[in-house]
Amino acid sequence: MKKKKLAGAFLSLTLAAGVLAGCSGSGSSEKTSGDGDTIKIGVNLELSGGVASYGQSIAEGLELATAEINKEGIDGKKIKLIKVDNKSEASEATSGAIKLTSQDKVAAIVGAATSTNSIAQVQIAQDNKVPVISPSGTSPEITFSKDKLNDYIFRTSFIDPFQGTVAANFATKEIKAKSAAIYIDSASDYSKGLAAAFKEQFEKNGGKIVAEEAYIAKDTDFRSTLTRLKSAKPDFIFLPGYYEEAGLIVKQARETGLDVPFMGGDGWDSPKLVEIAGAKALNNTFITNHYSSGDPDEKIQNFVSAFKAKYKDKSPDAFNALGYDTGYFLADAIKRAGSADSEKIKEALEKTADLELVTGTFTLDEKHNPIKSATILEFKEGKQIFNTKINP
Amino acid sequence: MELIQQLINGVSLGSIYALIALGYTMVYGIVKLINFAHGDVFMVGSFVGFYSITVLDLSFIPALLISMTVCALFGVLIERIAYKPLRNATRIAALITAIGVSLLIEYGFIYVRGAQPEAYPNDVLPTEKFDILGVSINSQSVLIFGVAVVLMIILQIIVHKSKIGKAMRAVSFDADAAKLMGINVNNTISATFAIGSALAGAAGVIFGIYYIKIEPLMGVLPGLKAFVAAVLGGIGIIPGAMVGGLLLGVIEALVSAAGYSLWRDAVAFVVLILILIFMPQGLFGKNKKEKV
Repeated sequence: MKKKKLAGAFLSLTLAAGVLAGCSGSGSSEKTSGDGDTIKIGVNLELSGGVASYGQSIAEGLELATAEINKEGIDGKKIKLIKVDNKSEASEATSGAIKLTSQDKVAAIVGAATSTNSIAQVQIAQDNKVPVISPSGTSPEITFSKDKLNDYIFRTSFIDPFQGTVAANFATKEIKAKSAAIYIDSASDYSKGLAAAFKEQFEKNGGKIVAEEAYIAKDTDFRSTLTRLKSAKPDFIFLPGYYEEAGLIVKQARETGLDVPFMGGDGWDSPKLVEIAGAKALNNTFITNHYSSGDPDEKIQNFVSAFKAKYKDKSPDAFNALGYDTGYFLADAIKRAGSADSEKIKEALEKTADLELVTGTFTLDEKHNPIKSATILEFKEGKQIFNTKINP
Repeated sequence: MELIQQLINGVSLGSIYALIALGYTMVYGIVKLINFAHGDVFMVGSFVGFYSITVLDLSFIPALLISMTVCALFGVLIERIAYKPLRNATRIAALITAIGVSLLIEYGFIYVRGAQPEAYPNDVLPTEKFDILGVSINSQSVLIFGVAVVLMIILQIIVHKSKIGKAMRAVSFDADAAKLMGINVNNTISATFAIGSALAGAAGVIFGIYYIKIEPLMGVLPGLKAFVAAVLGGIGIIPGAMVGGLLLGVIEALVSAAGYSLWRDAVAFVVLILILIFMPQGLFGKNKKEKV
């Protein structure tokens, strides 16, 4: 009885979403349905709302990749992107996924940018057997939750704990730090995930964690805690937060006389970080990131120049690169599958190995997470300088 | 040494609370209204200062003065539009209106310019670092404390030596009697809002320079903390707001120093509850007996 009710609710939701989508409709779906020359790929991204900059960047990268792939096509077929805007909200991401799978009947979906909005699509994708690739969702839960693999879900980015592990190895081997302090955002799973992995690896490397402190997002005064950290005398401070607070913390730390190296993750990657902290305070700080546009690798430099040619000389950021890679990641699987059938694409995606992309050489592990290298960037006078690349 | 450093951290934070608390306490003293929109005037002041510095290319003092002027006018405007028509309404009606005004300013501001944060330029004030016996003092925090003290002294002079100050004290004592004595109560109340809001504007600019990041909802928590500070010192009493603000800043710094940084905001409100239970008149208040 209950099941029936649920199914009914789901059906009416689907219908409502379909009707709504039809109203605002692109109308293009009817034209292409039954057309054998195109492969329809759904794009479910944050094109407006709170984290629109992530979604927009991914869309730019993905469009560039699609244009390049379509020059030759995949077995004579061209990729057609069907975009929905999830407005940076989980509920919109869910209804977007419903529209793409039931109405547009796409072969696969790219999106969403954040972990929350990616998780919101999991059930729809599993039920409809349509593969979803999240370009930048870093939470392990997206592909593997409750001891169960979400077998239709994939990702292009590495997962949170990986960054923490890389940072710990960097601290021990490059900085030669013997002791470290951890300063986390206690309201963020991202921050906690990185910190836990850092701690585990750093202690395994023989280092000692001398202090662990926490703040809450939107705090502005960190001086008291920083004074406390200073007296613990760490060689290195791991600060896995987002750029707003990280910028303030680094600035206030330097004012407090805490001059040791700081390190964060990709959450620091924003021009606002430099504005908030000031170029000078950021000297001697490092981040792990998906890629660096300053990496001399030929593949990366080709991507950077192609991107600059298409987008008015804009230098591509990590989200642009992840969007671009997602395009190729998917195209490679479709090529190997030899068909645009969702089931076959899923199987091909699972077998991805040694695929060379901009953000690293991909091999998919059994939890659908790519095993690939991370890039370490150093801030020098407010500029991100490519420091080194660390392989897992 | 660490303790002294923490006290300095606390005093810098406390000076900002104190400046905002002064406006709260003055308005309450005169119209018995808790002006919840006060924290948002602080936010507006911060943004006015930001645009003065970045767009008009002004230095610290002119930006501070512009921000204080704009906030003074803004405060008067709020009072005339939202509070004056409710002057004789119930206290609860005025309180609810204050909350409404606060939300209107916050979300109106977000509607106009978006919610993204803004960063003050880093070079508005020199940032020399002095190391005295292992305690590092930032020239900015000294200057901020200095500006706060100077503004408080000016305020004390206005309230105790000037004509408008005398009118304010008279109105706060008994508005009807003051009216009978030929004091223009409406203008006096407007002047109070103007002065209180100007101080909030100054606090906004100082906050921006010291903490760099500003955003449309930045006034909410400092506004509430300033309210706690005002109650702590005794609401309606000007020296009480100053001491309450500084004390609250120091308490917060010490809580973080003890390693409980996540409890800092909670402790501030526990202080509010304890004060209301055990010393409702505040540290500086007299225990008034109600006439029956």
